[in-house]
Amino acid sequence: MSATNQKPAYELLGLKEKEYQGICDAMGREPNYTELAVFSLMWSEHCGYKHSRPLLKNLPTEGERILQGPGENAGIIDIGDNLAIAMKIESHNHPSAIEPFQGAATGIGGIVRDIFAMGARPIANLDPLHFGPLEKSRQKYLLEGVVEGIAAYGNCMGIPTVAGEIHFEDAYEGNCLINVMCVGLVEQDKILRAKAEGPGNLVLLFGSTTGRDGIGGASILASAEFDETAQEKRPTVQVGDPFTEKKLLEACLEMRDKGLLVALQDLGAAGLSSSSSEMASKGGVGIDMDISKVPLREQDMEPFEIMISESQERMLAVVTPELETEALAVCEKWDLDAVIIGKITDTKRMRVFLGDELVADMPVDALVDDAPTYIVEAVRPAHEVDDPLPEDHYRHPTDLNETLTTLLRSPNICDKRWVYEQYDHMVQTNNAIWPGAESAVLRIKGRQSGVALTTDGNGRRCYLDPRRGARAVVAEAARNLSCTGAKPLAVTNCLNFGNPEKGEIYHQFREAVEGMAEACLAFETPVTGGNVSFYNESFGQAVYPNPVVGMMGLVEDVRLVQTPGFKDEGDVVLLLGNARPAADGSEYQLRIHGEVAGRIPDVDLEMEKKLQLLVREAILEGLVKSAHDVSDGGLACCLAESAIDGGHGAVIELASSQASQGAGDQRSGLQADQRPDLLLFGEAPGLIVVTVEEKNLEHFAQLAQDLPAHVIGRVEGDRLVVQAAGVEHINIPVAQAAQAWGTALETLIGDVG
Amino acid sequence: MAISSQTEVTPVRFGVVVFPGSNCDADSHDAVRSFAGADARYLWHKDTDLGGLDCVILPGGFSYGDYLRCGAIARFSPIMNAVQRFADDGGLVIGICNGFQILLEAGMLPGAMHQNEGLKFVCKLVNLRVENNGIPFTTGYERGQVIKVPIAHHEGNYFIDQAGLAEIEANGQVVVRYCDDEGETTEASNPNGSLGNIAGVCNREHNVFGLMPHPERVCEEIVGGTDGRGVFESIINAVGAKAAAR
Repeated sequence: MSATNQKPAYELLGLKEKEYQGICDAMGREPNYTELAVFSLMWSEHCGYKHSRPLLKNLPTEGERILQGPGENAGIIDIGDNLAIAMKIESHNHPSAIEPFQGAATGIGGIVRDIFAMGARPIANLDPLHFGPLEKSRQKYLLEGVVEGIAAYGNCMGIPTVAGEIHFEDAYEGNCLINVMCVGLVEQDKILRAKAEGPGNLVLLFGSTTGRDGIGGASILASAEFDETAQEKRPTVQVGDPFTEKKLLEACLEMRDKGLLVALQDLGAAGLSSSSSEMASKGGVGIDMDISKVPLREQDMEPFEIMISESQERMLAVVTPELETEALAVCEKWDLDAVIIGKITDTKRMRVFLGDELVADMPVDALVDDAPTYIVEAVRPAHEVDDPLPEDHYRHPTDLNETLTTLLRSPNICDKRWVYEQYDHMVQTNNAIWPGAESAVLRIKGRQSGVALTTDGNGRRCYLDPRRGARAVVAEAARNLSCTGAKPLAVTNCLNFGNPEKGEIYHQFREAVEGMAEACLAFETPVTGGNVSFYNESFGQAVYPNPVVGMMGLVEDVRLVQTPGFKDEGDVVLLLGNARPAADGSEYQLRIHGEVAGRIPDVDLEMEKKLQLLVREAILEGLVKSAHDVSDGGLACCLAESAIDGGHGAVIELASSQASQGAGDQRSGLQADQRPDLLLFGEAPGLIVVTVEEKNLEHFAQLAQDLPAHVIGRVEGDRLVVQAAGVEHINIPVAQAAQAWGTALETLIGDVG
Repeated sequence: MAISSQTEVTPVRFGVVVFPGSNCDADSHDAVRSFAGADARYLWHKDTDLGGLDCVILPGGFSYGDYLRCGAIARFSPIMNAVQRFADDGGLVIGICNGFQILLEAGMLPGAMHQNEGLKFVCKLVNLRVENNGIPFTTGYERGQVIKVPIAHHEGNYFIDQAGLAEIEANGQVVVRYCDDEGETTEASNPNGSLGNIAGVCNREHNVFGLMPHPERVCEEIVGGTDGRGVFESIINAVGAKAAAR
C-alpha cells in the first residue's frame, strides 16, 4: 500500500485534523464515511467560504432596490412595475483549465440554473475571460475550447451572450480565469427561493440522471492549487447537456407559473448534499431522503457517491403533497426524469436512507453554517510600492502613430468580434446596443426602460495595488453603464485570487474586498452575491488578484442610449474629468515598456460620481451623441475606438490651458505639457470622451456647471489627428486604425479566413 | 358557427411550433404580434390540430439539442405530419434557421445542410438579395433588393446536387442569397459556404419557405433594424388576398 493510503480518511478528503474534530463535536460521535464525505465538501473552501466569510461581511449588501442579497442562488434587484432582475456571477476556472470546452460549458449551465432557480427567465450571459498570451499554443487551445463551450451551451439554451471581456497576460498562463454571469428577468410576485418549508412537504428531484461524473468536481477543484497532477483531474470535470437544461428551464418556469413550487434549488457543487442541506437550513427544517430512489446513470453507486455527485442539469424542489401529481406531469411533458426522493421534517437534521437503511444522519446547521473560518496574517508583497514610477523612468517612444497601432493591435484592446460572433448575441431580440460597446443594453419588451449590463476586471492594476485596483474596477463598471445612459444599481462579484493560506494572497484579498466595499458604497451599488475563487495558482504561481465585477443598471428610456462611436461630422468632442493619466499598470507600460510596476493612480470617487451623473443626464436629455470612457490604451485608444466604431475621423487639439466654450477655466488635470506619450496612452480612472452637437454645447455646459468638461476637438474627415500644445503627435487614417484593431485577434489566433 | 363577411378584418392566424429545444419561438411569436392584422399562438410539438391557421412557423433553436443532426429528430414529432398535410392543402409554412433544417430533413424543401465552412457558430448581420419576390413570403420586397438580416447558426452551409440546383434555379425556388452591400453574391459575403450563396429556398408550389437568416430578429428599429418585417407583411398580405379572392 502506498503511503498516502495510510493517511486518515478525513485528510484524503481535504480536511484538517481540527476540522475533523469539529465535525465529531457537531455530530456527537465519529462520522461514518458517507457523512464524512458530505461534510468534507460542505466544509470545503468552495462551499464553506472558510477564508473569505469574515471579510465579505464588509461589503454593502442592502439597498432599497435590493429584493434579495447574498445567500440565495442569485441576487434580485427591483426595476419597478413588478419586475425584477436576477443576477449572479461565478467562476469555472479550474474545470476550464483542465477541459476547456466542457469546463466552460458546464460553467454556463451552473450559472443559468442559479438564475432560473429564482424563478427568473435568463435573458443574458456575460463572460469575462482571462488567458495567458496567445503566442503560446496551449492558450489558443484554451481560448478556442472555452469560447466554443460557452457558445455550445448558451446558444442552445437560447440565452444571448451580450457582453464580457477577454484579456491575455502571462499571469494567467497556468490558470485561466473563466467567469460566467447570467442575468434573468422575473415578475416580483413569481420570485422563487430555495427555502424549504412545511414539514410533510415532498422533495422532488428532477432533470438528468445521477452518475459518477464530477464527483467532488467543483468543490475539490476549486479548493486546491494546480500541480503536475492537474491532468489526472480531467474525469472530475462534468459533461454538459444544454438540451436537457433547456427543458429543465421551461419545466421550472411552467411549474412556477402554475404555482406548484414551495422552493427550488439547483444542484451545483457538492450535488445533492449541498442543495438539500442548504434548502433545509434556509427554512430551519430537516430533510429525509431515500437515495435508492435517485435515478442513476450507472449501477452500484455508493451512497456517498450519490450524495456528492455533480452530474449536471438537476434541480431539487419542494412541493406540497396535493400538487405532487401536477408537478410530475410538467416534468413528464418536458421528458425529464422526476422522482420524489424525500420529505421535509421538523428535525433540523439531514437523514439519508438507502431504502430502509439509515446511511447518514447529520445536523443541517452544522453542515451549512459551521464550517470554520480562518483569518491569515496579511503580508504586503514587495512589488506593492507607495510611489508611482517617475515619468522619466520611461524611454520616449519615437513614433506615436506606431505606438497607437501597436496598442490597437493588443489582444486586450482590439476588436473581439472573433469571440462574440460565435455567441448567439441576438436571440430573444432585446439588444438595444449590440456587443462591442461600453456595455450591453437590453430593452424590456412592453416597457420604455432597459437594462444595461457590464463586467469589468483588471488584475494588473489590482496586482500593483489591490485596494485602488478594486475601487477602479467598480468605478469603471459604473462608468461603462453611465456612458450608455444607465444608472448603476447593483453588483455581483467574482473574486479570483491565489491561495489564501499565504499571507500575500490574503493581503491582496482583504485589500481588494475593502476597496470594492468603499466603491460600492460610494456608487450605491450593493453587492447582491457572487463567488469567491481561491487557489488560482499553478506550481505556486498565483494569478493576478482579480476581483471581477458584474454590474447592472437601469436606463429610463431605451431609445436614448448611446454608444462610443462618433456619429456626425462637425460634432464637438469634449473630455470630461480631471484625472492625470499614468503609465504605471497601463497597457502602454506592458506592451511598449515590457513591465508591470509602480503604483496606479487612485480613483476620485466623488468626482467620478458627479461626472457619471452628468453623462447620464446629458444622454437622457438627448444632448450626447457618443460617450466612451478612457480605459485600456488611454485617451489615444479611446479616441481611435470612437473613430473606428463611428467611421469618422477627428481633429483633437489638447491645449495647455484648456478653454471650454461656456465652461472655461483650468479644471482639467490633463495638461498638454505632460509628456505626450503619457498624456495619450497613460491610464487613469475618471475620464470620459463625449461628443455633442454644436448647437447643444451651451446646454451641455450649463448641465456641466463647474465640473471639468473641455472641448478638445471636432469630428471631422477620415483621419484621427491629435495635437498637444501645438505639436502633432498622431495622424493616422481611421481605416488604417480600423484594420489594425479589427484583424489583430484573428491574426494572433491564426484563424484568418 | 358565425359566418363573417369577407370585408371584416379577421387577423391572419400564425401558429408557432414549439419543439423541445426551440428557442426562437417567443421571438417569432412576438414579431408576428407586432403587426396589426396578425395573431399568433404556440403549437406544442405533440399537437396535431392546425385548425384555423393561415401560416405555420417552424422557429429557430436547437430542437432535440440538434443531436444526431439538426432537425433530424424534430421531423418525427407528431406535429410534422399535420404540418405536411397543412402544406399539401396549400397552407403557408415558413421555417427559420432550425425550422429550415427541419423542413429539409422532412423532405418538404430540397437540399441539405453541412456545417458552416469555418466550422464555427456564426452570429452576425448579413446582406441578403431577394431573388424571387413573387412568392407569398417576399412580395413586400423588390426583386434584387438587398436587406440586412442576422444569421445565427452552426449548420447553415446549404447543399444540393447539380440536378437539384438546376431545378430550383429554374423554378424560382432560390428566394434569397447572401451578398455584399452592393448586392453582389461574392465569396466574401458568403458566411457559411452555402452553394451559390443560397440563404433560403421554397418548394415548387411556393407555399413552403425555409431560410437560415432570422427575419423575426429585425422587426423593430430599437433592436437594430426592420428589414425582416417584409416577410411577415408579405404573408399577411398573401393571406388577405386569398381570403378576398374567395
